[in-house]
Amino acid sequence: MKKIISIFLCILSLCLLFSGCGGKKGSDTGKVYYLNFKPEQDKAWKDLAAAYTEETGVEVKIVTAAEGKYEETLLAEIDKSSAPTLFQISGQISLESWKDYCLDLKDSAVYKELTSDDFAIKEGDSVYGIAYVYEGYGLIVNKKLLEKAGYKIEDINSFQKLREVAESITARKAELGFSAFTSAGLASSSSWRFSGHLANMPLFYEFEADKITSQPATIKGTYLDNYKALWDLYINNSTIDPKTLTSEQNDAAVEFKNGKAVFYQNGTWEYGNIASIGDENIGYLPIYTGIRDEKQGLCCGTENYWAVNKTASEADIKATLDFLNWVVTSEKGTTALAESMGFVSPFRSAKPVDNILCNIMNDYVAEGRYNVSWAFNFTPNVDSWRSNLVSALAAYSAGTGDWEAVRRAFVDGWAEQYKLSKQ
Amino acid sequence: MSKTKKYNSSAIRSGGQLKSIKRYGLLFLLPTAVAFFIGFVWPFLRGIYLSFFRFRTLRFTEYTGLSNYKTALGDQTFFRSLLFTTAFTVVSVLVINLAAFFIAFALTRGIRGSNGFRTIFFMPNLIGGIVLGYIWKIILDALIMEYLGSALALEANYGFWGLVILVSWQQIGYMMIIYIAGLQNIPGEYMEAAKIDGANSWQLLRHITIPSIMPSITICTFLSLTNGFKLFDQNLALTNGLPFRDTEMVALNIYKSFYESTTNMGVGQAKAVIFFLIVVVISLSQLYFTRRKEVQA
Repeated sequence: MKKIISIFLCILSLCLLFSGCGGKKGSDTGKVYYLNFKPEQDKAWKDLAAAYTEETGVEVKIVTAAEGKYEETLLAEIDKSSAPTLFQISGQISLESWKDYCLDLKDSAVYKELTSDDFAIKEGDSVYGIAYVYEGYGLIVNKKLLEKAGYKIEDINSFQKLREVAESITARKAELGFSAFTSAGLASSSSWRFSGHLANMPLFYEFEADKITSQPATIKGTYLDNYKALWDLYINNSTIDPKTLTSEQNDAAVEFKNGKAVFYQNGTWEYGNIASIGDENIGYLPIYTGIRDEKQGLCCGTENYWAVNKTASEADIKATLDFLNWVVTSEKGTTALAESMGFVSPFRSAKPVDNILCNIMNDYVAEGRYNVSWAFNFTPNVDSWRSNLVSALAAYSAGTGDWEAVRRAFVDGWAEQYKLSKQ
Repeated sequence: MSKTKKYNSSAIRSGGQLKSIKRYGLLFLLPTAVAFFIGFVWPFLRGIYLSFFRFRTLRFTEYTGLSNYKTALGDQTFFRSLLFTTAFTVVSVLVINLAAFFIAFALTRGIRGSNGFRTIFFMPNLIGGIVLGYIWKIILDALIMEYLGSALALEANYGFWGLVILVSWQQIGYMMIIYIAGLQNIPGEYMEAAKIDGANSWQLLRHITIPSIMPSITICTFLSLTNGFKLFDQNLALTNGLPFRDTEMVALNIYKSFYESTTNMGVGQAKAVIFFLIVVVISLSQLYFTRRKEVQA
């Protein structure tokens, strides 16, 4: 009996020993492991990875983090022995937290494919992130409804004009059967449109005026009045009562698709959700603020940059760089980026995409209008800052709070979160 | 009580069996001990160790001594969440236990359909916290908008009572089952003897029922107390701390300072250690005080 038990134990401990060593053996060819950020492109990435494996024999693993859980997933994955070799960072601030892991890409082939340095995250001569998609947001317009209300999209060329149109639609809301703006929902599925994208407007102009090019410790809120004017316009000319903004039931995309409102603040990525109203009816306007409206374009930028894991094995790094280069130069790769993923990507051999919003976005650039870049990429502790701003906006809109609280969340909140983020 | 039971089997005492059980006892403990070590002791020690470091990932850490603890204790939001959690726990422990006890009491009176009621009351406990939080958010939001013209995310008060309602709804059924088990174990002779002695129903409840179910009360208060302190899913789904961070409970506060920090997660780790100590002290003293009131049947 004793013998049996000790034999059993010996086997058990040997098993433990071997399973401990099992993971170590690596192959010479290297592997790619991409932790993908965008859930809607998960399938397209997997198909592309399979095509690459078929062509070259190199294994490519694609894992997609759940919506809003990228940072957590990456944190959990990066310490594993088989960590992602390719991941994404969202900008300068995110680079600071991930710098220990970001390979300098200045000599890589994929970097040389970029059409402009604006699409790379650089520090000095080093390149740590390469944008693979750029996007633009503004006011998506239902031109058919606008015409029904008696206006043309060309008429709207300033904040003043936008307000005039919106208020006139609101005055005839019952007769027309639609509102000016879709619901400015402040539930978490939609609040980023206002705490992030709309808040970018005052941030952009302030940083421009003060010549700020890196994350500031404090902000002044110089253009908050313009932000307020826009917000007031959004909530007072909308499909819903401003008191109900925080409800989970608001769905601006559905309202827009069903012809309940003329204007919908969102970006090029939203095309798939609203395409059913027909390309001929879709217009796209800059978010006019009344600051420098004449030459204003859309807000183009990106928060999606590829970064290669420096701590991966040399073979894996090489495999990853080869894969990236294949994605942005090969026929299959560029087709997948443009067609299955719908990305406007800033690479030399990028293909055009079938997305009218992207086409209009490019038209604005061609017209020589200035781009409102994504200043919100500098936000310190972005989730906390935004969530406080959303609370303040919700209270203000419902009439239980005042604008001063919004200003505090915006300006003082920035300084606070900046301090916290440096602890 | 356990002393008398330990060696009541003479079969084990005779022969060499006891000796071999003694000899191999540790060996049989090994698998569980290993699992316990891997799954609990090691992560726990590692967590305490990490709270003294500035880190984002485990590959790059930097020893900073007590600075994480200083930051954690100096964090106003942490204290506010502690206060909120304490208030919530006091209210929810009272509501849950009182309601669970009276439902259990009613359902042991031999009402028709008792079993059906028990099942129905128990069922909310089977739904996960996130789903529950989301569903209740929609229900409560609609009610608050309709009758109070406000919203859950606008006033901390609503969030507080919303959480109490949600957690009570979820946990009363579970505690009820424990109370029912306790009530059914009260020997009928006690009741009979007390009745013969002329006790009225209040006296029966006060002097027979409650002392007899003290073990159930201990376990139920312990569970609802620690559940209340550690509440996370429901908090995240129902209010997510809104408005501002006014309805944020400690677990959510820790989670946020851990994951929303772009530079140092050590502060969240330090908060977690502090929180652990608080929960241990509170639940151990609760156990001590209610145990003293338990009587031997």
